[in-house]
Amino acid sequence: MANVTTIANDQDEKLIQELGFDDHFHEHEHADKYKSNFIMKYIFSMDHKIIARQFLITGMFWALIGASMSIIFRLQLGFPEENMSWIKPLLGKWIEINPDTGIGTLAPEFYYALVTMHGTIIVFFVLTAGLSGTFSNLLIPLQLGARDMASPFLNMLSYWFFFLSSVIMFYSLFLSTGPFAGGWVAYPPLSALPQASDGSGTGMTLWLLSLVFFVVSVALGGVNYVTTVLNLRTKGMNMWRMPLTVWAFFITAIIALLSFPVLVSGFLLLMADRSLETSFYLSEIFIGGQALDHVGGSPILFQHLFWFLGHPEVYIIILPAMGLTSEVLSVHCRKPIFGYKAMVYSMLAIGFLSFLVWAHHMFMSGLNPFISNFFVVFTLIIAVPSAIKVFNWISTMYKANIRFNAPSMFAIGFVSMFISGGLTGIFLGNSAIDIQMHDTYFVVAHFHIVMGVAAFFGMFAGIYHWFPKMFGRFMNDTIGKIHFWGTMIGAYCIFWPMHYLGMAGVPRRYYRFDNFDTFSQFADMNMFITIAAIITFGFQLLFVINFFHSIWKGKKVTSKNPWGANTIEWTTPIKAGHGNWPGKLPTVQRWAYDYGKDGREFISQVEPLKEGESDQGH
Amino acid sequence: MSTGLIIIGCIILIAIVVVQIGKVTELAAKIRGEEAVQYANNRRAGILFLIFGIVFLVGCFWSMWHYAPYMLGYGPHEAASEHGGSLDSLFNQTMWCTYPVFVLTHIALFWFAYKYQGKKGKTASFISHDNKLEVIWTAIPAVVMCFLVVQGLVAWNDVMADVNPDDDITEIEVIGQQFLWHLRYPGPDGKLGARDFKKIVPGQNPLGQDWMDENNLDDFHPSDIVLPVGKPVRVRITAMDVLHSFFLPHFRVKMDAVPGMPTYFVFTPTKTTEEYRQMLKKYPEYQVPSDPSDPKSPPLWKTFEYELACAELCGKGHFSMKKLVKIVSEDEYKAWLAEQNSYYMGNVRGKDYDPHKGELLGMEIKQRRQEFDSAIKKALAAEVPAEKVIRFNYVTFQTGSAKLTPLSHYELDNLVSVMKAKPNMTIEVAGHTDNTGNTDSNQTLSQARAQAVYDYLLAHGIAADRMTSKGYGETKPVASNDTAEGRQNNRRTEFQILTQ
Repeated sequence: MANVTTIANDQDEKLIQELGFDDHFHEHEHADKYKSNFIMKYIFSMDHKIIARQFLITGMFWALIGASMSIIFRLQLGFPEENMSWIKPLLGKWIEINPDTGIGTLAPEFYYALVTMHGTIIVFFVLTAGLSGTFSNLLIPLQLGARDMASPFLNMLSYWFFFLSSVIMFYSLFLSTGPFAGGWVAYPPLSALPQASDGSGTGMTLWLLSLVFFVVSVALGGVNYVTTVLNLRTKGMNMWRMPLTVWAFFITAIIALLSFPVLVSGFLLLMADRSLETSFYLSEIFIGGQALDHVGGSPILFQHLFWFLGHPEVYIIILPAMGLTSEVLSVHCRKPIFGYKAMVYSMLAIGFLSFLVWAHHMFMSGLNPFISNFFVVFTLIIAVPSAIKVFNWISTMYKANIRFNAPSMFAIGFVSMFISGGLTGIFLGNSAIDIQMHDTYFVVAHFHIVMGVAAFFGMFAGIYHWFPKMFGRFMNDTIGKIHFWGTMIGAYCIFWPMHYLGMAGVPRRYYRFDNFDTFSQFADMNMFITIAAIITFGFQLLFVINFFHSIWKGKKVTSKNPWGANTIEWTTPIKAGHGNWPGKLPTVQRWAYDYGKDGREFISQVEPLKEGESDQGH
Repeated sequence: MSTGLIIIGCIILIAIVVVQIGKVTELAAKIRGEEAVQYANNRRAGILFLIFGIVFLVGCFWSMWHYAPYMLGYGPHEAASEHGGSLDSLFNQTMWCTYPVFVLTHIALFWFAYKYQGKKGKTASFISHDNKLEVIWTAIPAVVMCFLVVQGLVAWNDVMADVNPDDDITEIEVIGQQFLWHLRYPGPDGKLGARDFKKIVPGQNPLGQDWMDENNLDDFHPSDIVLPVGKPVRVRITAMDVLHSFFLPHFRVKMDAVPGMPTYFVFTPTKTTEEYRQMLKKYPEYQVPSDPSDPKSPPLWKTFEYELACAELCGKGHFSMKKLVKIVSEDEYKAWLAEQNSYYMGNVRGKDYDPHKGELLGMEIKQRRQEFDSAIKKALAAEVPAEKVIRFNYVTFQTGSAKLTPLSHYELDNLVSVMKAKPNMTIEVAGHTDNTGNTDSNQTLSQARAQAVYDYLLAHGIAADRMTSKGYGETKPVASNDTAEGRQNNRRTEFQILTQ
């Protein structure tokens, strides 16, 4: 039960010695066939564990920027009359000072730039690269018993394309015309015409460029993840013995590989419309006092191409979080994940269905209403595998012996968020209800809870849980718990009231609400949400402090398997070098979830089945 | 600046305190033994989860009760359209299906967290799956989803159905532009004319209407959406520059406005603005002053108006695209329609950019004929000779001459047809001038102009014995010659009915 396993450390080692697979790794000099110097080891590293850390820390950098942006625009929404001139040193001309009163207000253009960048950054850079990039890289080779990814070089490129993409996006924040401000979905014509918005000029050019590089990064990573899962599983690790984390990353990578290229094609057509005078998305436009030459295009086409990625993207975000939650929950409940195969099948079903529902973002776009019928059906069907997963997580806790710490608490929090946010999806997925709810705060509440907060909870669970594997130290658990409660309560305080805003019809992406009597009655609620957001943001800073403090000053890990987990990443040395296992590779003898079996707290995957012991069909 | 420093200082202090708490607990764990601390942790966290669960669920119910006024179909947030009720009911059915799931799963989640907290000497049960249970909880959501899908699709296809061509509906057009809405009503002919974005000229032709299309000539651009209660309206929705979205929250209406691809939404308002106000009057939250800083301002319900908002990000002014929507009774609607003037007639007719400049439109000919007929009718019925005088409103001459302008013949033709229909009618055609210039030449000019009309009538088949012509010069002013307006009035050609 304690954070240090009571089982003798050397038992796994003996088993690996005895049963392991010898790939002659030890014959390479210093157990490092990659012969790394400092730069090759820590910067242009090809070690998946270092790349995972690079993704994580870059993701955290972006998360802080993305979250700070949300605080600034929440200040505008919660306190529209307040003097914002104090933030002028940071935002410069985007704070407009009224020469008569001296009161500074956030410029509307910049408000929209903030909203846009917040969405882009959190969706792509934090919850795709930071979450899937981190944990796919860290866990796929470690949990499968591989020395590294199938192609460590492509893996390195994957990070550096992400880095390049990050640099371009970051640079765009400092343009004099501001970054792109047309919403993270970048619908043309707004995103295609510099006349329509300041941010649609250079800001949009850089936005597109950055995201194209980002997709290259995702594709390089995805190819690697899929290949590694299919080809580099250690002896005995058949597909049905893989931990749910790896299943989740595997399915995520397939979805990403199939959907992201469609986004790029959409972007290429948009680039052509922007600079080559084509008319893929533009037709009959009169703007800036003149009629444009574009005719025959359809803005709806972009929406199709965008959401063909965009919808799978939300599963690209949430599936890894689901996998992490399943694993963390099972380990700390000291109990097998309930319905392992149902979990896998439901993830596969979600992955498959995720390609058949994209137009539910477009019910009110002018799409032929008849088409919507199909998308309603498929959208609501997704509720079924999602429900199975929820019931299975809850059942995992039934008759468990739960070890409460930051990872397990975040995993439980994930389940709560996923229920709360998932159920509101049933409202929105029904096109008839979507007539009223589309693009209101009900949508904001729904997706923030189900794929924003929930994904962050999965990510936090993963970080707290695998921090010892990444850095050889623990994060401080007390601060972790404070972080958990602050985030759990704070997130509900931020997003729960938004449901009521949405029911009242308040549209999202409004700079202020007082133009409309219908929407202006919620000043108190908006103020409350903003205060909750600021406090919740404070708790995230606590996490950041804890994270960096613990890297150097955290409690040291003294045993290889501190959580008493079954998966084989915990049979590597505390500080594993490149290649992960110094000697032989472990061979896998059983599935990953033999917790509480035969009166034993846990049974590592490297331990052979006893005579007459059932393998549970794995 | 100093408050900023204080705040930053406080944040740093709090961070240090928290880090110290973290360190202390780690130290305590070392002293007390990790296991004991972990079990104590488990107990604490289990209880906290239970408390959180209770507070959370109570909070959810409380918030539902507290915010009921904003929920669909409860309290004042009532649908004001025929289909709105079905959407509200669908929303609430979904609520009834999902809320129990939400509550039960959360009870289980938090109860299990409390109940199965790790305890010393206890072990978890090895339960890996249960096929029967899993079939049950796959089947139940599947059935519920089928129910919701069927309900949803029935409502959806009902709401989104377009009108039949022969339905009695009003069709209006709404056009989004950064950052305002343009409105266009079809005018008396009930037809919206063709538009072409290449014809848009701000200030002259803001919507790019094709003035060669007759249907356009009576279309008008009101400032508010005014609609009769109880009659279906088809809104044709489109955009000029970027995407916008036509959103009427009270009517449960939303549809994107897409440049180059007109969309539509058909709905029937069921409550006039006044009826909706009366409904709101019942609720205490609408009895407060509309302006919170002025207690004497009218109550909120009294100032209520339906609103049109934009619901698709369209640029920096997205949040300000508003129009008022006024739902009125059929009679009020007719009265309002009668007040509206066609955009073409009001803003384009006769201007340099009017393609019909210099010619009369069919509708104008018709309208002038009606004017003339009613003037004749009035004159025929009059007893006093002075009231039997009818002025030619549209007969004009080229400056300083007695040459009829090209468009003058329409009115003269009207007179010809009246005189042909009334063979006993005889008239005197009279010319008048103002007092500027030479008296004699004025006399000559007025005589010549009366004669020109006389000649025209003669040429068109009216016998010479049925009419006389006379110039009165400046002798019979009808208004003061001191003002330009008066002089304009005095320059006239008219005729008097002598016998009928």
